[in-house]
Amino acid sequence: MKARAFDYIRPATVAEALAAFAEAEGDASYIAGGQSLIPALALRLQAPARLIDIGHIAALRGIAVEDGWLRLGALTRHVEAHDHPLIAVHAPLLALAAPYVAHPAIRNRGTLGGSVALADPASEFPAMMLAMAAEIEIVGAEGTRRVPADAFFQDLYQTALEPGELLAALHIPVARPEQRCAFDEIARRRGDYALVGCGIRLTMPRDRVEEAHIAFLAVGPTPMRAPAAEAALIGARLDAEAIRRAQAALARDLDPPEDGEVPPAMRLHLARVLLGRLLGRLQDQIAEAA
Amino acid sequence: MNAPLGSLDRPNSYIGRSVARPNAKRLLAGRGRYVTDLALPRMLHAAFLRSPYAHARIVAIDAEAARAMPGVRLVATGADLATLCTPWVGTLDHFTGMKSAPQLPLPLEEVLWAGQAVVAVVADTRAQAEDAVEAILVEFEDLPPVADIDIARESGADRAALAVEDNLCFRSRLDTGGIEAIFAGATHVVEEEFHFGRHTAVTLEPRAILADWDASEGKLTVHHATQTPYQFQDLYSRHYGIPEASVRVIAPDIGGSFGMKLHVYHEDMAVIGLALLCRRPVKYVADRMESFVSDIHARDHRVRARMAVDGDGSILAMDVDDVTAIGAFSAYPRTSAVEGNQVIRLMGAPYGFRNYRAELAVVFQNKVQTSQYRAVGHPIACAVTERLVDMAATRAGLDPVAMRAKNLIPDEAYPCASPTGYRFEALSHQASLARLKALMDYDGLRAEQAALRACGVHRGIGLAAFVEISNPSPAFYGIGGARISAQDGATLSITPSGEVRCLISVTEQGQGTETIIGQIVADQLGVVREKVRVITGDTETTPHGGATWACRGAGIGGETALQAARRLRDNVLALAAAILQARPGELDLRDGIVVDALSGAERVSLAEVARIAYFRSDTLPPDASAQLSITHHYAPQGYPFAFTNGIQGCHVELDVDTGLVKILKHWVVEDCGRIINPLLVDEQVRGGVVQGLGAAFFEECRYDAGGQLTNGSLADYLVPMAGEMPDIVVGHIETPTADTVLGAKGCGEAGTAAAAAAALNAVNDAMVPFGASIAQIPMTPARLLKSLGKI
Repeated sequence: MKARAFDYIRPATVAEALAAFAEAEGDASYIAGGQSLIPALALRLQAPARLIDIGHIAALRGIAVEDGWLRLGALTRHVEAHDHPLIAVHAPLLALAAPYVAHPAIRNRGTLGGSVALADPASEFPAMMLAMAAEIEIVGAEGTRRVPADAFFQDLYQTALEPGELLAALHIPVARPEQRCAFDEIARRRGDYALVGCGIRLTMPRDRVEEAHIAFLAVGPTPMRAPAAEAALIGARLDAEAIRRAQAALARDLDPPEDGEVPPAMRLHLARVLLGRLLGRLQDQIAEAA
Repeated sequence: MNAPLGSLDRPNSYIGRSVARPNAKRLLAGRGRYVTDLALPRMLHAAFLRSPYAHARIVAIDAEAARAMPGVRLVATGADLATLCTPWVGTLDHFTGMKSAPQLPLPLEEVLWAGQAVVAVVADTRAQAEDAVEAILVEFEDLPPVADIDIARESGADRAALAVEDNLCFRSRLDTGGIEAIFAGATHVVEEEFHFGRHTAVTLEPRAILADWDASEGKLTVHHATQTPYQFQDLYSRHYGIPEASVRVIAPDIGGSFGMKLHVYHEDMAVIGLALLCRRPVKYVADRMESFVSDIHARDHRVRARMAVDGDGSILAMDVDDVTAIGAFSAYPRTSAVEGNQVIRLMGAPYGFRNYRAELAVVFQNKVQTSQYRAVGHPIACAVTERLVDMAATRAGLDPVAMRAKNLIPDEAYPCASPTGYRFEALSHQASLARLKALMDYDGLRAEQAALRACGVHRGIGLAAFVEISNPSPAFYGIGGARISAQDGATLSITPSGEVRCLISVTEQGQGTETIIGQIVADQLGVVREKVRVITGDTETTPHGGATWACRGAGIGGETALQAARRLRDNVLALAAAILQARPGELDLRDGIVVDALSGAERVSLAEVARIAYFRSDTLPPDASAQLSITHHYAPQGYPFAFTNGIQGCHVELDVDTGLVKILKHWVVEDCGRIINPLLVDEQVRGGVVQGLGAAFFEECRYDAGGQLTNGSLADYLVPMAGEMPDIVVGHIETPTADTVLGAKGCGEAGTAAAAAAALNAVNDAMVPFGASIAQIPMTPARLLKSLGKI
């Protein structure tokens, strides 16, 4: 199939982009890497009258550390999550997840801002925003605001972004030495959307878990935190018993939707298996360190 | 290679050598010419409105708005094309009692599957045609869809196609007699119900067609991504009433076919009519979404089968019931019944038992039609047989290798016939088994398996012996009334510079047909291979022939080339003898030089012979005949099919918590007779294995209860990718067929025939400690976790 005809506009500034959107009276889409939007256009699932290419707006670029936060411009590409030294040091979960995001050709074009703004519940990076307690910087006609990741993802493909607003940057609290991270996913083929995926960040200043962030992908309408499983770990040593409790608690966190290929019980089962394996991996790391 | 060459043993023989494909560099450099690349002057583009319903009546079509849209040249409905094209019926005469609803390019009243093309739009660009499709209003009246094979066969069931009286397309029975008594008296009986999912070919290049009607001379030229240009020349001629000689079908570079590109598709037939109506070239290329709902699908079988075994593990009998669901009608012209027919006839084929009963029911339903796809029927027959063999081995207390050694037909027992009526000339099951056992270090793998099980690592080893049908004679289609040739033709010419042109009816879709034909011609004529140019795929220039399907290119096309090359060599040597005043029998042609046959001394170059023949015939003796072009045809004689055989081994590791399977390694020992090009045979086998593993673990066209395909995209329909594929080790035994000089049989389907069966046995082997088993492919994580009782 071929996309329907559309106007193409390439603004140089955020202000121009916002104005171009406002002018289109709602019948417009921003485009950055295009890795989700272009297929949707080609399938005529979306047919905006106007495409606003934000790929040349300098303010949306850049990777820098400021005041304990890593700021990733919205146009940061997946391949940079994979390769960039600042991301590897300060946002290790992104670097761990990046190899699982599709394939190199897609990672070369796709942007982190685009992935998070689309909020596909089966994508890796949106879920990692939850696991890293990131904040999302949004710019619109009313100015700029920062929304915590927990409040950003609202429902299937629905986020805190209002029509016409742009995701400007991702702000990630820089990783601390007492934090440990793990990511993995279960997919039928390398690079596919996962059956289930999980990123974990545990804060363990001593031998007990002080703070836990567990975020799943592909288990519901949005990327999902697992508060009951997190609670099961708080204050505990990371041992087999704690891991079992966290796994059991997942039934309270997740209620996967019916899907012809993957029944809800299977997704919950796989989430438990994956959580157990990741926590086991962290347990091994701690044992090795000690 | 190890088969003695005999009369093929020529100096600098090319037969048996891993010669690189001359066309590979061209394709790699982006210089391929696929139908999609072609742009003719005044060319238009077609797009189709497709039915959203699996079964519906067309009440009204309103295309007025579409006709007025920019760039639109024609909007055509079923009625518009029915005045030009006669209907077709996908039955064969030798399938007694078979029935199928007549088909037209676009339907008049009834749509039969979700995705069927209903209205065609022709416009200046494809995008404009798609815009106009969105503006067409079709009022459908929903009819009950038939989507379940058991409900479909109940009396009084809703019908998938109203034009036929019930949903049974075809049934067949085989019975050697006395089966019940044999099962009653057997020491062991094993039985299972198997499910084989639907899948589809997913060629890199989709279906594509460009039809050009020249009204000034009443000539139709069709550039068509097909395996079988001659078959389509005949069909376009007969159904559109154009004399055969006025229809030219050109198959340029083709990006894979696997049997998918030899069936009649409604859109392709429609495009011919659209070109006639527009009097301009019309192009249609199926996109990937359209391909999922319009390319043929394959498989979709439910098989209940049992095997009787005596106390020492000897197989006594098999009893099989196969129900296969096709579309709402049978595909044309090869039908949708061949797969089921081959399933029940290939059951147990590698084994020596004599007692057999089978029942086949081919059932209509409102889904995409199924038809021939790589290894037609083989994977089903092989998986059922081989799983039962493993189950029987367990019951008899035999190792799977010992069980097969005991029951596979002995290599010295040929010729012999299967209880289903297939005649085998000479196969090598026992040698193949022994070779496989050594190649995969079977005993070592078993020891490793036992050690790892103790550590919670669950590996499985699976074997699957197979036979493959190749080199089909007219007994395949011709006998059933289909105008599908079993013979091939080649025209060989020496150019004035002493080069060779070979125009041959077998076609190239990426597998290397042109390479092996070039090898055979160079070898048997006596020229260096670089001097041979092979030209295929144009009904205007190449002789009529069956083309490429059912693993016939090497065996039949190759023999055609061999015989043609020998005839041309005789002509060259006769002419050279006249020039040299020698006797033809004293001369030979080697590397493009006519030499003294005994001493090898150079006498005259082929280029010089050609120069004299073409430009100085005045210097030849008066009775010299300079016939430097010959046309030769060859049809298979002797056995109706050249069966090949082999055995595969699969080694997997099952993650019992996730249901994911890692395929560790795969082995194939195969016997395709004379190997012309080991490199190409190995790659054919590997490609076939990958498609078989795709069926085993990934590929499945999933439908909901309403007959809607639910995973018709490459995000949801999983093709096997390199990352999940194991190393595939290929070994060969060579038992040439004595029916031809060349001795070659087919190899293109061997990999697909048994890979899924070996994988099925391997996964079941891994699950033994859990008392679990599976008898369904693809073996998805969900199905494996269910088998393991985890969900």
